[in-house]
Amino acid sequence: MADTPPVLALRGVSKSFGAVRALREVSLELAAGEAHALAGENGAGKSTLVKILSGVHRPDAGQILLDGEPVEFHGPADAQAAGVAVIYQEPTLFPDLSVAENIFMGSQPRGTLGRIDRRAMRAQAVALFDRLGVPLDPDRPARGLSIADQQLVEIAKALSRAARVLIMDEPTAALSGNEVARLFGVARSLREQGCAILFISHRLDEIFDLCRRVTTLRDGGYVASDLISAITPDDLVRRMVGRDLDALFPKQDAAFGEVALQVRRLTREGVFTDVSFEVRRGEIVALAGLVGAGRSEVARAVFGVDRWDAGSVEVAGRRLKPGSPSAAMDLGLALVPEDRRQQGLVMELSIERNIALAGLGEVRRGPLISRVAERVRAADWAQRLQLKHRSLSDAVDVLSGGNQQKVVLAKWLARKPAVLIVDEPTRGIDVGTKAEVHRLLSELAVGGIAVLMISSELPEVLGMADRVLVMHEGRLVAEIPREDATEETVMAAATGRPAGGGA
Amino acid sequence: MTTTANRPEVSLRTGGRGLVDRVGRVRELGIVAALAVLFGITGAVNPEFLSLDSLRDILLNSAIIATLAVGQTLVVITRNVDLSVSSVVGLSAFGGALILADQPGVPIAVVVAGCVLLGALCGALNGLLVGAAGVPALVATLGTLYAFRGIDYAWAGGRQVNAADMPESFLSLGSGSLLGIPLLVLAAVVVLLAVGWMLRNLRSGRELYAIGSNPAAAVLAGIPVRKRVITAFVASGALAGLAGAMWAARFGTVDAAAATGKELDVIAAVVVGGVAIFGGSGTVYGAALGALLLTGISSALAVLRVDALAQTAINGALIIAAIVLDRLLALRVAAALRRRRYRDAR
Repeated sequence: MADTPPVLALRGVSKSFGAVRALREVSLELAAGEAHALAGENGAGKSTLVKILSGVHRPDAGQILLDGEPVEFHGPADAQAAGVAVIYQEPTLFPDLSVAENIFMGSQPRGTLGRIDRRAMRAQAVALFDRLGVPLDPDRPARGLSIADQQLVEIAKALSRAARVLIMDEPTAALSGNEVARLFGVARSLREQGCAILFISHRLDEIFDLCRRVTTLRDGGYVASDLISAITPDDLVRRMVGRDLDALFPKQDAAFGEVALQVRRLTREGVFTDVSFEVRRGEIVALAGLVGAGRSEVARAVFGVDRWDAGSVEVAGRRLKPGSPSAAMDLGLALVPEDRRQQGLVMELSIERNIALAGLGEVRRGPLISRVAERVRAADWAQRLQLKHRSLSDAVDVLSGGNQQKVVLAKWLARKPAVLIVDEPTRGIDVGTKAEVHRLLSELAVGGIAVLMISSELPEVLGMADRVLVMHEGRLVAEIPREDATEETVMAAATGRPAGGGA
Repeated sequence: MTTTANRPEVSLRTGGRGLVDRVGRVRELGIVAALAVLFGITGAVNPEFLSLDSLRDILLNSAIIATLAVGQTLVVITRNVDLSVSSVVGLSAFGGALILADQPGVPIAVVVAGCVLLGALCGALNGLLVGAAGVPALVATLGTLYAFRGIDYAWAGGRQVNAADMPESFLSLGSGSLLGIPLLVLAAVVVLLAVGWMLRNLRSGRELYAIGSNPAAAVLAGIPVRKRVITAFVASGALAGLAGAMWAARFGTVDAAAATGKELDVIAAVVVGGVAIFGGSGTVYGAALGALLLTGISSALAVLRVDALAQTAINGALIIAAIVLDRLLALRVAAALRRRRYRDAR
């Protein structure tokens, strides 16, 4: 090992975004012909590390070494030139361009006068898809492709670059069992040809199946780098979580009351189909599934942001008018959206103003808004949710992610909702605040609120939910009670595999 | 035999999507249809409208707007906009005319090249503001729209250059024709074909579409986004400079107010031509057809003796109708693609 330096390595790399330290002195070595796993919970810094390797972010401290020599990537183009190809977790396609153009953007085969050789490009695309075993049409536009198909295009794109280092950030999240097997076949043959692979997955069996080494991150810090053969899956989980899992999800038992939210055969054409479920007071129901399965879309439709084509929604027995968030709010619905910066908050406005936004009628004195009432309301909720802030008149964008989420929650809780829909409630939140949000959700349920929680984090789903609903490609495919919900049963349903088969 | 075994499935898949894709890809078909309707109806009422002279006039009147629309398309595809083109035309037209009138010794080719260069410089300023300084294109080019026009007024100081002051050989470029086709139309067609070829066949051309289609992904793909956006603005400016020379040759009389307000005609032509205002799709051919359609509508309204005062309003209504039609078409295509997603998955 000493004679041949690693193809690509990080040494003591740190990166901060504002006050958030995303990575602290992380080191990593990728050797030719070896698959290396990167493990860690969401928010542990995996994606930041990928973006440093791919030239999107530049490290604040530390070095990137290419073949043992320090290099600087000034942008993604530099990393690509160095032979680094990345399959991102979220597909990054150009919807208006054809599938073939998406694959070869920036590296199209060219003829005379620099003219793109479309015939060759198409033939190469077909060859790539044959290798992956999928009959995708290279001429169709990328717009409208399913998430799985988009992911396959990303994979084809990475393969087309003849990369020396292939980084795969949860490439299997949206794929079916067959496609995963194909992808692994391709990855193994690349590995044998001397390609270094960095593999990120939340499925431990895949890590143990494909990789030789694993590096674990926790809260932005480096935990350990082990040979896979030397550890067990339990060891790996312990390294990732670093604490007792039970303490993380302080779920209290609550008594269930009457049905608060009843959704019957809800359909939005091409987005989700025939979705029926109910949530009782005091119950926390998780809506699980892969990215793009239609979970957030269901929440948006229930709340009235999007219209539905068929079906009905009842809140406490009263039928909801479709396509009207204000009607939904009047009946006691509240939605904490997925993207709090874009949809949950007005970032430039103060904490107190944001908290008042969903209940302007209640802080009104005649036709005017009373700043005093606004402040009283905000101070009350800031204290109840233990919001960490300097002044309530500070803009919300100075708060940490977790405290921003508390402001969004405060905004809705101040309305005393009967049904609370939370979409990815702890995405991008530090571990400490995460537990607080979980405790809060649990207390709300005990207090009689019906909670519908959309989450992509399996531990969160398993730890918090009384019942797990699983969506796959726009349909509700499974309903799993708390005692039967395991990583395997939920993932099997979410990927459309027969239960117990894949795992 | 084994290689052909899975072909039937592939061709079946493509067969099912044929119609949607064809409408989706050749958005220009809609404008061609609109043009046919326009010329059909107007020609039926007044056959004179379809005479060779009339058609040549319409083409000639479209040439300058079409040239500008080609440049504008380059910018709009990248999810930007260039409002300053009319001021660049004015500046270049006046500057070119002034040199021709005051310095008779300078060769015409040099003057035209100077016009293009002046336009390119203006475009470079726009490009730097948008691409390097990160000013939103709408704001940046609104600013330069006034700034360039102001420079024009200051330079002219109330002076007007008349046709009599300019060499005959230059003015003949505006009125002359080759094989019955006006030279200005030929110039516009050459520009159109050249830019159309580059957008379709060069990597840099495809990268403009990629930038407009998904800016964040363009960065991840290693596309030099800033450089490409600046280049698009420089090209739009250079074509506006060329259009300024065409303007001077065609109208002969040029003052500092030349081409005022034309930027809206250009953007209307681009949008009517099926170029998505949020970038990523559309072609220069569509934009040029859009320019032709708008000029055709104006001429038709005159031929149909529509009250001159009502013409502008009717013009606007027809533009909206064309855009609504295009939008409906796009929505149907999007809905079809959306429905197909699950059919594919099975």
